[in-house]
Amino acid sequence: MLEIKDVWKTFNAGTVNEKTALHGLSLTLKEGEFVTVIGGNGAGKSTLLNAVAGTFPVDAGTISIGGDDVTKLPEYKRAKFIGRVFQDPMLGTAPTMQIGENLALALRRGKRRGLGWGLTLEEKEAYYRLLRDLDLGLEDRLTSKVGLLSGGQRQALTLLMASLQKPRLLLLDEHTAALDPKTAAKVLALSDKIISENRLTTMMVTHNMRDAIAHGDRLIMLYEGRIVVDVSGEEKRKLTVPRLLELFSKVSGSDEADDKLLLS
Amino acid sequence: MLNFINALPGAVAQGLIWGIMAIGVYITYKLLDIADLTVDGSFCTGAAVFTVLFTSGTHVLPAMLAAVGAGMLAGLATGLLHTFCGIPAILSGILTQLGLWSVNLAVMSWKSTVPIPITNNEFLDRLLVSLRFIQDVGKGVRPFYMHPILVVGLLTLVLVAVLYWFFGTELGCSLRATGSNPNMARAQGINTDFTKVLGLMLSNGLVALSGSLLAQYNSASEINMGRGAIVIGLAAVIIGEVLLGRVFHNFALRLLAVSIGAIIYYIVIQAVLQTKLNPNYLKLLSALVVAIALAVPYWKGKYARKPVKIGGEKNA
Repeated sequence: MLEIKDVWKTFNAGTVNEKTALHGLSLTLKEGEFVTVIGGNGAGKSTLLNAVAGTFPVDAGTISIGGDDVTKLPEYKRAKFIGRVFQDPMLGTAPTMQIGENLALALRRGKRRGLGWGLTLEEKEAYYRLLRDLDLGLEDRLTSKVGLLSGGQRQALTLLMASLQKPRLLLLDEHTAALDPKTAAKVLALSDKIISENRLTTMMVTHNMRDAIAHGDRLIMLYEGRIVVDVSGEEKRKLTVPRLLELFSKVSGSDEADDKLLLS
Repeated sequence: MLNFINALPGAVAQGLIWGIMAIGVYITYKLLDIADLTVDGSFCTGAAVFTVLFTSGTHVLPAMLAAVGAGMLAGLATGLLHTFCGIPAILSGILTQLGLWSVNLAVMSWKSTVPIPITNNEFLDRLLVSLRFIQDVGKGVRPFYMHPILVVGLLTLVLVAVLYWFFGTELGCSLRATGSNPNMARAQGINTDFTKVLGLMLSNGLVALSGSLLAQYNSASEINMGRGAIVIGLAAVIIGEVLLGRVFHNFALRLLAVSIGAIIYYIVIQAVLQTKLNPNYLKLLSALVVAIALAVPYWKGKYARKPVKIGGEKNA
């Protein structure tokens, strides 16, 4: 479903701040695969997700989604294939617009936007049922501005929006990092539910090792813009935090990264 | 006082005309979150294009449509400078505005004023609005429905209805989403460059329409008539919001509040003109009013914390 081939990305090239964030990285995801991505600060996790989403052009390499080469497509055109939830709860929704209007915007992702109604009556009823089933307490607030919602409610809404129009690929960029532990657990559970119900091909960046182990059916660890650990299947199910740390020090050849990973 | 009351219909009519410009400013400033300074130039562009076409024999409505088209082109220029050339929005507007000064003069054949000869009834009768019509309706020479307040008022209602519809469509919603959160808009597949350009064109089209109406009302277009238009527009938006924001929640009513804000602004200006103040101070006064109106919400957030009692009472 997703094929990343030998992708390079260097920020601030030619300056003292030069940073090679993606170092000839290649990765292939099968349809329906749910991969968690971990790594320390600056390992290239978010850069990888943003490169796939098209936030910036990559320096070299190709990215294709479901057979379509998207390497040269701008962000808004790739959106047709991709659902996204950001780390910052403020980024995923339009705060001055109503909940219903936000959902309606998401329903039209990847479609031509003409002079038809931006939000129809039938849609409103469908959204009401959808929100009621999700049990977020939002079904009676369809006309409330999203700016009034809490961070957790916004992330849940963004998740719903990302999956409303079934994407070929779902990108979750540390989407629970800004939430309190209780809300984070709720949003993660909702993510699992939405991913499994729709059998979505998913990449979830997290810096919580336990979450990375507990969710998804494949785990990759990034270090200096490269994939240094890639486990799936039985091996992934048996994974523990100490085992993961051991794997990491073996590949990176240093122990100091232990704390860096755990603490970040 | 009597003078003031006599001048009132004129002030209301002018306020309504500027209100259409202010609605244009509302689209960029409030919906797109762009302070678009193009309007100072495109207002005069609308007036100039209308006047030149009208005095050379074009009918009033085609001439007004051409004015709207010219304003939209000005918006397109600003939009492309901003999106295609990557220039900050505020600077893009300033560049277009500066360039338009020459364009406007060229349109008016390098004359700073082009009058509409209303002493000639052939021209006067074909106008949609005119200051003269207020007097004529008062004297009973013309039917009441030609009164500028009625004509521009109706036009405003029609425009508000059309804009209300447009911003409820898929395209209109994508424009609002762009102003609300461009990151989210792109993630939902919205080409934010396109929506920004579209919004700027729509806004400057309205501004030019307003310019073409003021040229008719004053029976002339003049190279400086748009100077400070952005400030008047912002004043109208803010006055409308402060006075009616709590009552008017519906989008159509919010647009109407902007128009009402412009009317109030002109009534206040008229009142000030009745005093012995040198009218050249008006621009300074407008700038101060808008500066204070923009500063108050900021100060409120920064200094007006709720008093918190620290420690117990002294004599406890």
